[in-house]
Amino acid sequence: MSPNSKRLAGKVAIITGAASGQGKAAALRFAQEGARVVCFDIQSLDKIQQVVDEVRKLESDGVAVQGDVSKGSDIDKCVDSTIKRFGRIDILVNCAGIITLKPFLEQTEEDYDRVMNVNLKGPFLFTQKVIPLMLKQGRGKIINYASIDSFVGEENASPYVASKGGIKSLTNTLALEFAAKGININAIAPGQIDTPMLRQFTDGHPEVKEWMVKNTPARRIGRPEDTAEAAVFLALDETVFIHGTTLVVDGGWLCL
Amino acid sequence: MIRIVRRAEGIEMEKRFQSKVSLVTGATSGIGEATAIRLAAEGAKLVCVGRDPQRGQAVVDRIKKSSGEALFIAADVRQRPLVESAVKKSLEAFGRIDVLFNNAGTEGPLKEIVDMTEEEWDEVLDVNLKSMFLFSKYALPHLRKSKGVIVNTSSELGLIGGPKYTAYCASKGGVVLFTRALALECAPWQVRVNCVSPGFTATRMSERELSHYPDKEAARKSAMENIPLGRMATPDEIANAVAFLASDEAKYITGAVLSIDGGTTIK
Repeated sequence: MSPNSKRLAGKVAIITGAASGQGKAAALRFAQEGARVVCFDIQSLDKIQQVVDEVRKLESDGVAVQGDVSKGSDIDKCVDSTIKRFGRIDILVNCAGIITLKPFLEQTEEDYDRVMNVNLKGPFLFTQKVIPLMLKQGRGKIINYASIDSFVGEENASPYVASKGGIKSLTNTLALEFAAKGININAIAPGQIDTPMLRQFTDGHPEVKEWMVKNTPARRIGRPEDTAEAAVFLALDETVFIHGTTLVVDGGWLCL
Repeated sequence: MIRIVRRAEGIEMEKRFQSKVSLVTGATSGIGEATAIRLAAEGAKLVCVGRDPQRGQAVVDRIKKSSGEALFIAADVRQRPLVESAVKKSLEAFGRIDVLFNNAGTEGPLKEIVDMTEEEWDEVLDVNLKSMFLFSKYALPHLRKSKGVIVNTSSELGLIGGPKYTAYCASKGGVVLFTRALALECAPWQVRVNCVSPGFTATRMSERELSHYPDKEAARKSAMENIPLGRMATPDEIANAVAFLASDEAKYITGAVLSIDGGTTIK
């Protein structure tokens, strides 16, 4: 990639889950492409600020906002900070996500609520808050992080899988509602990506990682940078006709 | 609102395909032509395959005018010896293949099945699917060497049905599963295989399709109303997606279908 190709120059993006994993990779890749990035996460402000510091090293600008993606008041805080600082919102990347790993019968009501709140309610509410601003601007982009689990089941992750099916369907329906109104909406479906979330499965269980690699045709776990590239692609002005789709980035996992 | 999509020539582009060689079938017009131009603008040397030498040479001339390198090979993509020879000629000209874009396609007779002939069925399946088998077969040894990529053109009609499109839908649905199986086969070689699923795109093919209706413009209007974005795609918009899939940015994407259809397949 040419160092001068700032394909997102002039754009302002809010990225949830930006303190680590795929959200962080997306924030940095967007910054590399010239976007100003608002990094939102539930983790400590210090941790989010570290990402913003890296954004600045990439010669772009950013803001760290700490909050809970499923709380309307925290979303308002984030949107207000964004408008105050940058005056616009061009792209919303709903990347924040959590998983609870237990057999179905051991998943608690709290587990269900927590997972759904972050993974599905969060994107629902955040998108609701951002779209009116995008409509005023005449255009905007929403990029949701779905999963291979939007297409297939995964044992011991029932609330997570349900939320990922939901986010894919939500993407479909929002794409229809806003098609003629200049809002371009799509999802990315990552496969097994090396993030803190994945390490919940693999830490202390090398056989799990081996099994993942063995079942991925590309014979490797994905890197957060791999899905960040897809997010940049979907964020480009040129890709507006790609609408309502879920782009699978999984090293061929779903082919098996 | 029609968006102006930036044309590939004359604009400074990132050169993701510098020193790469791409073979594009169905390169004489539409999506194939736009993709050939786009890849050339991003530094690739092009082998353009098609039936019409005049149109083919025109594409080559456009690429050369923008300081690119290109070659046209006339071939009927259904014929094994011609495909084998086209791949051989590409290697003789440029020494390698990095990107194979299996794009040649025909819409078929647009007849109900009871009115179709066996020849009409065979033509659609052979142009749209068998050609992919043939080109992939002969190009793969070279793609393995270069750790290259294959992109196949499916269609929104490879995911949903359309009346009077039985052969086309069968072939384009076939492209999706061909892509997924080939992706598995090629993965150990680090050769990625993906497909694009364009919706209604402004090409000679779609003009021909609309001409089958007594009122062409009414048919066009009706087709566009069926698309959530309310307009057709430009060939450049499809080319942009093909370029992405063929590039290193898509290094973890294989066996995937990338729909570029304005929301048509999710309604």
